[in-house]
Amino acid sequence: MKTLYDKIWDSHLVVPESDAPAILYIDIHLIHEVTTPQAFSGLKKRGLKVRSTDKTFATMDHSIPTSSRSLSGFDETAAKQVQVLAANCAEFGIPLYDLNSTRQGIVHVIGPELGLTQPGRTLVCGDSHTSTHGAFGALAHGIGTSEVEMVLATQCLLQRKSKNFRVSFEGQLQHGVTAKDMILALIAKVGTGGGTGHVFEFTGSAIRSLDMDARMTICNMSIEAGARAGLIAPDDTTFEYVAGREFAPKGRAWDEALVRWRQLPSDIDAHYDNSVSIDASSLEPMITYGTNPGMAIPLSARVPAPATPADVAALKYMAIEPGQSLLGHPVDVVFLGSCTNSRLSDLRNAAGLLRGRKISSSVRMLVVPGSYEIKRQAEAEGLDRVFKEAGAEWREAGCSMCIAMNGDSVPAGKTSVSTSNRNFEGRQGKGARTLLASPLTAVASAIEGRVADPRQLGGIA
Amino acid sequence: MRVTSRVVALPQENIDTDQIIPARFLKTTDKVGIGEHLFEDRPEFKVEKGSEILVAGDNFGCGSSREHAVWALKDFGFKAVISTGFADIFRQNSLKNGFLPVVVDAKTHALLKPGVLVTIDLATQTLSIENGPTVTFPIDSFSKTCILEGLDEIGYILKHEAAISAYEQRKS
Repeated sequence: MKTLYDKIWDSHLVVPESDAPAILYIDIHLIHEVTTPQAFSGLKKRGLKVRSTDKTFATMDHSIPTSSRSLSGFDETAAKQVQVLAANCAEFGIPLYDLNSTRQGIVHVIGPELGLTQPGRTLVCGDSHTSTHGAFGALAHGIGTSEVEMVLATQCLLQRKSKNFRVSFEGQLQHGVTAKDMILALIAKVGTGGGTGHVFEFTGSAIRSLDMDARMTICNMSIEAGARAGLIAPDDTTFEYVAGREFAPKGRAWDEALVRWRQLPSDIDAHYDNSVSIDASSLEPMITYGTNPGMAIPLSARVPAPATPADVAALKYMAIEPGQSLLGHPVDVVFLGSCTNSRLSDLRNAAGLLRGRKISSSVRMLVVPGSYEIKRQAEAEGLDRVFKEAGAEWREAGCSMCIAMNGDSVPAGKTSVSTSNRNFEGRQGKGARTLLASPLTAVASAIEGRVADPRQLGGIA
Repeated sequence: MRVTSRVVALPQENIDTDQIIPARFLKTTDKVGIGEHLFEDRPEFKVEKGSEILVAGDNFGCGSSREHAVWALKDFGFKAVISTGFADIFRQNSLKNGFLPVVVDAKTHALLKPGVLVTIDLATQTLSIENGPTVTFPIDSFSKTCILEGLDEIGYILKHEAAISAYEQRKS
């Protein structure tokens, strides 16, 4: 009796685990500008080629400008890094979706969009949020640069098997509560190291009823609980999303793939090493108050008293008092974007709440679509006009203010409500204070200029 | 591999890789000099040169997969880090750079005050505290061999080229 993880693991073993780790075959390797230059240098030093240029795909996302697609006048070090990626891709024969490509975008947004992310596959990338792709029932996780070099050279990874951890969300979400709130609630419950050594499998009726964008939000933040990966069993929702995409199987190959994919879900009596259940119907919109994603509370709750010196330091950094409510806390910046919440449905939900309203004059709001294609679709639906007319900035696709490598940053001492995934000290800029929340809570806070509950505003679809 | 040094101790749990090396220093295309920016935005940690062993709180290295965090620690002069637990990707990155992540229990961890003299010996998997106990620590046997014998992991996989090709044949 096997779990979904067991099945994907077993079917990708080139050499099983012994005293040495298993040699695991990797189906798709996504690469970007930040974590690959040293890997390519290593390959050149060894005189090795890229083993599978048809399984390796490159884009630019982390350090690129989102104000325009031009690097002219941009940070020279970042521009050089982008050029090094282009040169390496040209030298080694790797397809690159660069700044001028209609396929460019955040690496975890374009993988699914292009149909590269498929059920049952193994997928890696030198980025911890690679766990996103697990939403399709693909075993996907972040790797370091040494492992990027390893996969480029061999199309394999040396790997020890992780344990199975079932996370069950049963019940129906209340109005105004989203996938982002579900995953923040989980991390608050198990802590930022609660999933270490494990692969999460998200199950239950609340997971089944989510669309693919929302499932990606959940799996995306598995790493914030320390899990190696996050998985959701593929179902008709998954298959409908994948069907017809550029790299999806077609014709007879599609029919054969469906037969294989329907075998993937965990067997009924499969063994899990660990499990946790959350009642989805009791969840509220969540928000973080500290400096790691586990420091999260429901919007109606009060900030807990610090339990450790680190908690004390976190509250001091955030200028937040124990016992206070976050509702009404002043907000300077709102960021709608990142591989967590920059997909079309995130933008639609946000625009739905913002339509006909203005953001507060004291707030700067940045809207950064996850990919060129999402930007195009959003503009076709007129969502860009909703954001611009409300007073927000509408940008080109990239990681932007989630990691603040490209000049999109929150000033020191200022507070942002961000739909991204990390509220670490300095993550959105040196001295920046980040409150993580859903797109709905972010928009409500942008309108009010203070942390606000989206359920208090009309207009949630 | 054997290291003897007085330790530098960080006061907190859950120190993420953004704290070890902030993202603005990830625009580099090599590994040289990155240690200059180790803990740059956390001056209150007071991490100064001279020690080869860092002691950190639980879940050290969580967050971003950036291997730059390990390169920065090594480049700064550290050879090992001791904690009650490490994030998965950070631990992997450490081992692949011959930088030792040493896991100890909470009781031992509590003895590792700033300035305490510690010897870590990989061959025997022991950690000895001056005027204190000697404890053993776990490490993946394959990683241990790689570090002690200088075995190259990519070279190891490439020896299985026939198995990789056979796998690809079977799947196509």
